Amino acid sequence: MEKAATYEQKKLGMTAKHRIFSVISTAFFAILGILVIFPVFAGLLASFRPGRELIRRGLAINLDFSTMTLDNYRYLFSGNADSKKYFMWFKNSMVLTLITVVLTLIICYFVAYGLTMYEYRLKNLLFFLVIATMMVPFEILMLPLYQEMIDLHLINSTAGVILPGLCGASTIFFFRQYMTGLPKELLDAGRIDGATEYGICVRIMLPITKPAFASMAILSTMGAWNNMLWPMLVYRDANKFTLPIGLNTLLTPYGNNYDVLIAGSMFGIIPIFVVFLCFQSYFIDGMTAGAVKG
Amino acid sequence: MKIKKFLYSQKAAPYVFVLPFILSFAIFWIYPLFSTVKMSFQSILPGEVEWVGLKNYTKLMKDTVFHTAIRNSFTYMILTLALLIPFPMLYAVLIDSNLVKAKGLWKAILYLPALTSVVISGTLFRLMFSEYATGQMNVLMQWLGNPPVAWLKGRWTAMTALLVLCCWRWTGVNMLYFLSGLKGIDGALYESADIDGANGWQKFRYITMPLLKPTTIYVVTISVYAGLAMFLESFMLWAGNSSPKNIGLTIVGYLYKRGIEKNQLGYASAVGLVLLVIALVINVVQLVLNGTFNKEER
Repeated sequence: MEKAATYEQKKLGMTAKHRIFSVISTAFFAILGILVIFPVFAGLLASFRPGRELIRRGLAINLDFSTMTLDNYRYLFSGNADSKKYFMWFKNSMVLTLITVVLTLIICYFVAYGLTMYEYRLKNLLFFLVIATMMVPFEILMLPLYQEMIDLHLINSTAGVILPGLCGASTIFFFRQYMTGLPKELLDAGRIDGATEYGICVRIMLPITKPAFASMAILSTMGAWNNMLWPMLVYRDANKFTLPIGLNTLLTPYGNNYDVLIAGSMFGIIPIFVVFLCFQSYFIDGMTAGAVKG
Repeated sequence: MKIKKFLYSQKAAPYVFVLPFILSFAIFWIYPLFSTVKMSFQSILPGEVEWVGLKNYTKLMKDTVFHTAIRNSFTYMILTLALLIPFPMLYAVLIDSNLVKAKGLWKAILYLPALTSVVISGTLFRLMFSEYATGQMNVLMQWLGNPPVAWLKGRWTAMTALLVLCCWRWTGVNMLYFLSGLKGIDGALYESADIDGANGWQKFRYITMPLLKPTTIYVVTISVYAGLAMFLESFMLWAGNSSPKNIGLTIVGYLYKRGIEKNQLGYASAVGLVLLVIALVINVVQLVLNGTFNKEER
């Protein structure tokens, strides 16, 4: 009784202190938030000024609105050679992202299904191998893979870009994590109703795995849209370049392309930013799934 | 017909489902891994492959540029661990407490940098760390009464630029990992600690930290890999793979230089395998020290 009373008193005494702490920590995150937005904001402001200013002066916040023009964006949408090139990269990125995401999700779903819904001898070994592939950084495999792509005549092709990453271990892992929680009785129910194993997988289990699909779709969209290293090695034709590779080619020491570079960079963030805003909660679910259960 | 019946049986179905993985594993993992091990013992010139035994490795031991790359990657990895574990953990604890208002907003903003590709973020940071007095970082230096700095030309100033870029991109991501770990902690534990008169630090030290351990181990593991295998950040900050006195050269940067730029596949493979061994050793040691393999503790 006495102990409870002191606890209550302590709680009352806390409120004033609590409020001060609350203001301080909220202010702290506000400052942190401003620092985080800062580079993108500086880039956004710079995209309304001539690119050669970036070369001559570097990037800094400049709030002088009188020197700002829409010229870079006008140029970017003008339909001239530079503009056509930029939107070709944009289109290539869109197409590559779409194909990658659709194929990755379908294949990883099937693999995870096979690793979750059945009991068989090699099951644990196979799952161990999925984990093992995570233990070798891609950067180590890029060189022999690059050679392999040359030997298989897949260099400079979209298949060469997509195939090595299709069975992404983390995507399989996530699907498996999600499906472990689904009722396996549904399989037997389906079998009694005369559905085939594949029919059960596609018509019964797939619909109830939709939330996992949403999370993974968004994460792999992000990965594919921003992926640079491997596509940069595989694609050789300039007309196959994706947005990150294309923007990278504008980084010449002469800086003659910085108008397109800065406006194009800012415009290139928009698609993924829109996806993020629409599906924020799925983003967070998807990326943190691995950490919870370790 | 018999084959079709077999393929539709419950026994064969799981193998059909995992077949893509088995193929991908064999073709795009085992095969390249073995071929890079094989190549590391070879000297490969167009049309002329020669076994050289351990020569690539002995040459690597004496290669001072490789030593620079290892030193850079190590320094980078250790400093990213020092910056990207404690601070995101602290931010997550603050966000998770009822002290902070507008939590969703801060979470979204801190995650924002992870959406930008490394080309865009690297370019923005390269221009902010420009050596001209008008670049953002030098504006800041002058504001603090210091002369402008040629950031990307000195070893530690360059490391600072890399670390600022890394923290900018990954603080929010790591914070979300820790937040999801915190969600799994039972709130009743804190209440009983309150009744026992525990202060904030004690609650953090004796409840939060131990229960966050699985998350922390996960974040440390991926950070060790990401730190040791860093390449594109440096590639973008110096707009290419060469930096003055190799201050921005990493192990993977050196692998890229030898393998892709100079086409010395054997030597580059040896570089890659040294990296792989280092990464595996560090992670196994880390996991053992954290008692991950210790079943009783779990």
